[in-house]
Amino acid sequence: MNPALQGLLTIVIGVGGCIGYFWLSNQVLDKVIFPPKGANPGRNITRANMVRPWLFLFPAIVALGLYLAYPVIETLRLSLTDRDQGGAFVGLANYRQMLSEEKFWEAMRNNMLWLIVVPAASTALGLLVAQLTDRIRWGSLAKSLIFMPMAISFVGASVIFKLIYDVRPVDQSQIGVMNAIWLQFEGGIGSVLFLKLLPAVILAGFAAAVAYVGWLLARPVFGSHPPGFRALRLLAGAGAAWLVILSLRSILALVSVELAYGEPQAWLAIPFWNNFLLMVVLIWIQTGFAMVILSAALRGIPEETVEAAIVDGANPFQVFFQIKVPQIMGTIVVVWTTITLVVLKVFDIVFAMTNGQWETQVLANYMFDKLFRANDWGVGSAAAIVIMILVTPILAWNVWNARKEMR
Amino acid sequence: MDNIAGSKSGLSWAVQISTLLIVLLWLFPTVGLLVSSFRTADQISASGWWAALFPQEQNEVIRLADPDEARVPDGAMFVVSGNLFDGAERQITAWGTSSRRIAEFAPGETAELGEGETLTIEASGDYVWRGTDDQLSGRAQRSFVTVVSQPEFTLANYDNMLFDPGNSEGMARAFFNTLTVTIPATVIPIVIAAFAAYALAWMQFPGRALLIACVVGLLVVPLQLALIPLLRLHLGIGIGKGYLGVWLAHTGFGLPLAIYLLRNYMASLPRDIIENAKVDGATDFQIFTRIILPLSFPALASFAIFQFLWTWNDLLVAKVFLIDATGDTTVMTNQIVELLGTRGGNWEILATAAFVSIAVPLAVFFAMQRYLVRGLLAGSVK
Repeated sequence: MNPALQGLLTIVIGVGGCIGYFWLSNQVLDKVIFPPKGANPGRNITRANMVRPWLFLFPAIVALGLYLAYPVIETLRLSLTDRDQGGAFVGLANYRQMLSEEKFWEAMRNNMLWLIVVPAASTALGLLVAQLTDRIRWGSLAKSLIFMPMAISFVGASVIFKLIYDVRPVDQSQIGVMNAIWLQFEGGIGSVLFLKLLPAVILAGFAAAVAYVGWLLARPVFGSHPPGFRALRLLAGAGAAWLVILSLRSILALVSVELAYGEPQAWLAIPFWNNFLLMVVLIWIQTGFAMVILSAALRGIPEETVEAAIVDGANPFQVFFQIKVPQIMGTIVVVWTTITLVVLKVFDIVFAMTNGQWETQVLANYMFDKLFRANDWGVGSAAAIVIMILVTPILAWNVWNARKEMR
Repeated sequence: MDNIAGSKSGLSWAVQISTLLIVLLWLFPTVGLLVSSFRTADQISASGWWAALFPQEQNEVIRLADPDEARVPDGAMFVVSGNLFDGAERQITAWGTSSRRIAEFAPGETAELGEGETLTIEASGDYVWRGTDDQLSGRAQRSFVTVVSQPEFTLANYDNMLFDPGNSEGMARAFFNTLTVTIPATVIPIVIAAFAAYALAWMQFPGRALLIACVVGLLVVPLQLALIPLLRLHLGIGIGKGYLGVWLAHTGFGLPLAIYLLRNYMASLPRDIIENAKVDGATDFQIFTRIILPLSFPALASFAIFQFLWTWNDLLVAKVFLIDATGDTTVMTNQIVELLGTRGGNWEILATAAFVSIAVPLAVFFAMQRYLVRGLLAGSVK
């Protein structure tokens, strides 16, 4: 059968079936099982109303249970079995094998880098754009254009950025923007200024900012706080320290490296730095999301607080960082965690652009590799469980927040 | 940052300019792809797309017409004449006869090739090659020309990728496959979720809070966990890989967000309406279909857009649950990834394919942006 026809039929059967189910089941409930007449009409109505919610919920619960809840348990079980031995229970062997693989650690390292850089960059850029467009007349047009990449698929975005990173042999004209700009540098004073000094200054600024934030986060450890928070703060502090060391080392590498001027570069094949080139794709997409939500939050700030600060002589930067940002901190956290969830599941970009070559592997692609290339369901499931474990804190936090709100 | 009391006009300019720069930076990548999809393969490889609007200089090697066939007698000599570009509109700025001096002559000049043999090339590409019987035989003379070609845009790429039935790499089939996946996968979860959301918002029953907590929890469960168990399930119960499987999978994965968005929206509807209807003797089913559903249109629209964008742009679910070994059911995202592998350097193909797949979501995005923003805000800001 023609798939289009089949699709149409599915819509009709699916939608008709759903509506038919809801209507019929309600009819049966009201007319046949508990009719509001006969001996006990009142009791029957009460009973019908006790059953009805479950009629409404039944399809959703089945679908959720089968397509989301059951797989979590089943994946956990599969990660403890071996397919080659007919699904025999092998304990933690899959996890041991995974932990011994160099590719897994590469994926973990890269994922951590993604987890830090992408949410931070997207949120910061989103906040910047939200603030910039707040009072401009053509602000909504600007926002709409920056929001646009949200509609573009990860695969489409990968193609877009592959064109930017494209490389051609040295005797042809470069059609990738990166290489075209790169070839403008010839090693003169301008090159040193733009390619060594400027990045070094930016990196140093970044390191200083991270060190400051890390210190702010870690300092209260020495005070009196619940132990859970103390561990989290220490973790954040350690992460910040790692980032600072990383950026300082990058500065050193940058200053000492001999840049190959005049040679077109295969950007995506340069280990370590190519990770950032992939991250740019996701940042490009997610900034719009962050901007939309943060811009709404900025609008929600009571005008009086800002006016009071200005009357007290605060400059625009002080107003922004000391009045506005603290008031939308809750929203910033929500944006940050939402982007974190996207990052943890990032697959398409890496799959389409490098497929994990040149040390760009990430967990989701590692898992896909294991599942459908190596055909190793055990290790693949183990990798999926690792992703689940990384998601769990956010899951718990979301549920906790939702419950708090319900009360 | 805030133009208060008109004191910060300089700052206001800085804000405008930096916003403009960011917007241009954000648009730049997409525009590059769009422009490339309208250029010919030759033009794409000759220059970066940012130079597409300007005439381009190119060096080319063109062989003159075969003298054994084309030569005509002219007195004691022979002449071969013709046009280097077969009549195409191009402009020569310089030319030469050896690869070491490709710009030796200006258009219209005559080159002495020795022993009376001459070659004249005009700016339009018309040439006259004159020589003796001996000189004008065998292999034809090569000419090295520097050509300026005018900017040229074409719809041929789209024609080729969309409407050429003989093109096995075309996007037409993948386009319809994507459409076939997307529409049922958008409509069905809405129906299921709407009923569930109504129950969670307006019906009293034990375990309601727990169910809502479960939905919030399932909201963030990574798709990756579902792949193996569900594929095994589908293979086990005979659905296999196919449209039914991918529709079911998208329905399952989309439900938590659908229920969450719709419940939040429905719970915010005024209580009076529902209670009045109940007093008037309406059943829950009637309240739902006559009152709640029409009032919830904005929330339904936001979720529909989300689910549409997500299923249209999806690669992973389609790869796992839909695309079998024959590849007949390939979707656009998958087709593009395959083209990236086999046609890595052919940007006229890649750019066109990518733009075909991007165009529909972009249209939906710009048409329904209001609902998308509203949905995002309902989903994350509390």
